[in-house]
Amino acid sequence: MREMIIGELSQALHEIARGFAHFLPRLIVMLILAVVGWVIAYLAKVVVRSFLRLIKFDKLSENAGASQLLTKAALPSATEIVSRFVFWVTWLGFILLGVRGLGILGLQEQTARFFLFLPRLFVAMFILFFGLLAASFFSRAALLAAVNANVPSPRVLSLAVRSIIIVFVLSIVFEELGLAEQTMLVAFGIAFGALMLGLAIAFGMGGRDLAKHFLERRFVRGKKEENEDELSPL
Amino acid sequence: MKLAEESFLTDDFLRQLINVGEVDILVGLPTHNDAKTIGSIVHTIQRDILRCFPRERAVIINADGGSRDGTPELVTGVSIDDLRPASNPYALRTLHSISTRYAASPSSGVALRTILAAAELLRAKACVVMSPESANIESEWLSKLLRPIYRDGFDLVTPTYGRHKFEGLLITNLLYPMVRALYGVRIREAYSPEFGFSGRLGSQFLGQNVWNDGADGAGVELRFTLAAITGGYRICQSFLGEKDHIERRGADLVPALRQTVGALFSVLEADFPVWSSVAGSQPVPTTGADQKVLLEPVRVNRKRLREMFSTGVAELDSVFQSILSPSTLAELRRIARLEEAEFRYPAELWVRTVYEFAAAYRKSVISRDHIIQALAPLFRGRVFTFVTENRSASADDVENNIEGLCLEFEQLKPYLLQMWKSRK
Repeated sequence: MREMIIGELSQALHEIARGFAHFLPRLIVMLILAVVGWVIAYLAKVVVRSFLRLIKFDKLSENAGASQLLTKAALPSATEIVSRFVFWVTWLGFILLGVRGLGILGLQEQTARFFLFLPRLFVAMFILFFGLLAASFFSRAALLAAVNANVPSPRVLSLAVRSIIIVFVLSIVFEELGLAEQTMLVAFGIAFGALMLGLAIAFGMGGRDLAKHFLERRFVRGKKEENEDELSPL
Repeated sequence: MKLAEESFLTDDFLRQLINVGEVDILVGLPTHNDAKTIGSIVHTIQRDILRCFPRERAVIINADGGSRDGTPELVTGVSIDDLRPASNPYALRTLHSISTRYAASPSSGVALRTILAAAELLRAKACVVMSPESANIESEWLSKLLRPIYRDGFDLVTPTYGRHKFEGLLITNLLYPMVRALYGVRIREAYSPEFGFSGRLGSQFLGQNVWNDGADGAGVELRFTLAAITGGYRICQSFLGEKDHIERRGADLVPALRQTVGALFSVLEADFPVWSSVAGSQPVPTTGADQKVLLEPVRVNRKRLREMFSTGVAELDSVFQSILSPSTLAELRRIARLEEAEFRYPAELWVRTVYEFAAAYRKSVISRDHIIQALAPLFRGRVFTFVTENRSASADDVENNIEGLCLEFEQLKPYLLQMWKSRK
């Protein structure tokens, strides 16, 4: 009996030792990959940060209105965030490669999913950034046009343009990421519908005088308003 | 013939030019739906050529931007036979009129490029561009613009006009003083739809890389004048007379800013080596009056001007924060709160504002077109002050006030240089 137990124990210990001996090189490979990955990720971070500074990415981000959001949230600059993002994605990629090499069944599937998700994440970030840039550009264009045309409440118009574009961009970003697609679709429909209804009500209630003045100026002759238009700038 | 011209001029137009052969004088007429005025303008031009240049070979080139009212047919259809006996019975040469449609929509840049290319192909010695928008072209305008080139060897003749003291305020309050301060040349109308030029200046400008900047040729006339200044060409002014504009609307202010201020700001970077070394300014030779100021009373809604200024300063605060220095912006906010009776946009503050806009344009702190648009409400504030200060001023007083503003631009030029060189 005693010999049997000792035999089983020694077999188990042998199994463990063999398993460990089999696992140890993979673990070492994973650790090496993690260290090499850290170095490569760090270099990638430095290169990306230098490149972004060279192309004045912070200025672009400021124009897009993203810098203001980051400042309000007490986050670092856009250049720093993007370079850190590159660092973590690169390093995580190397760690997951190492983990995959360990041969643990459940993890392999998750790793594959992660790598499949990366391109979509990059596309979503790309859309978000340029969407914010477009929102900022077009809202400022609307503001300037409204001010120069003497339209009442130009900032409301500008805000409406910005909101509509941001809602569109966010819905595209979530769809790209595949996050809560149904919920986002419904939320987008509700938000967009509410915005349009709000604008319609606001125009109906607040724009009566505006419409009246516009029509009077357009069609009633003989009541030409005295203005600087009679002064030719050139 | 150069390959470059062959590529953008149509075959039909080239054939017509070949039929004409070489010419001494070329008159360019850029048009777009100008049927109402073009007939009388072509008659005036033909009469002037027959009377003043009877022995010279001349051609009228109409560059049309897709007119739908038969403008090109009117240009080519005007007969000179009925003019010939009355004008000069000894006129020896044939006067050609050619029309080409350069595009389906108008572009002053393409129109001028077409005229310059035609002038180069025909080896024209003296050229003049006339605007169909000038409703009252007089019979001597053409000769006044051509004679200094053809007879006196000048390369560019810019016009001066008799204007009401409150007309052309963008010219008198910004363009003239700024061009004068930066380039050191006192040209009253650096941006004008009418001007004369020599064949060699036209060829030199045609070869410059200014045609593909995507700005639809806005302000190409101003660029032409500035190219003549920086190229060291001989420039003079010629007084044409009073000018009636076809009615303009207030909405024209932003396009006018793009054509003038936008064009000026856009060339400042390339011209920096020239203008940064210029100090003071020199007058240019002028035939006729230097400037004539008309004084008949006009009604101006100053209240609306001030309101649009104040609204602009309040609503565009975030835009101005990107463009202006904190001290200038603070001063603008202060004057925007003043009552109408106390409101004044001083010359020194106006000059600092314009220079800061120029520096912001160079650094592209936001979209360059947005920078130009943001200047419109501030210009209205300046117009309010100019109108108030000169409401009952005599012609001499108005001239003195404009001269004072010009000197302010010249004195503050180091401020522009300082901002130009700073990295912030």
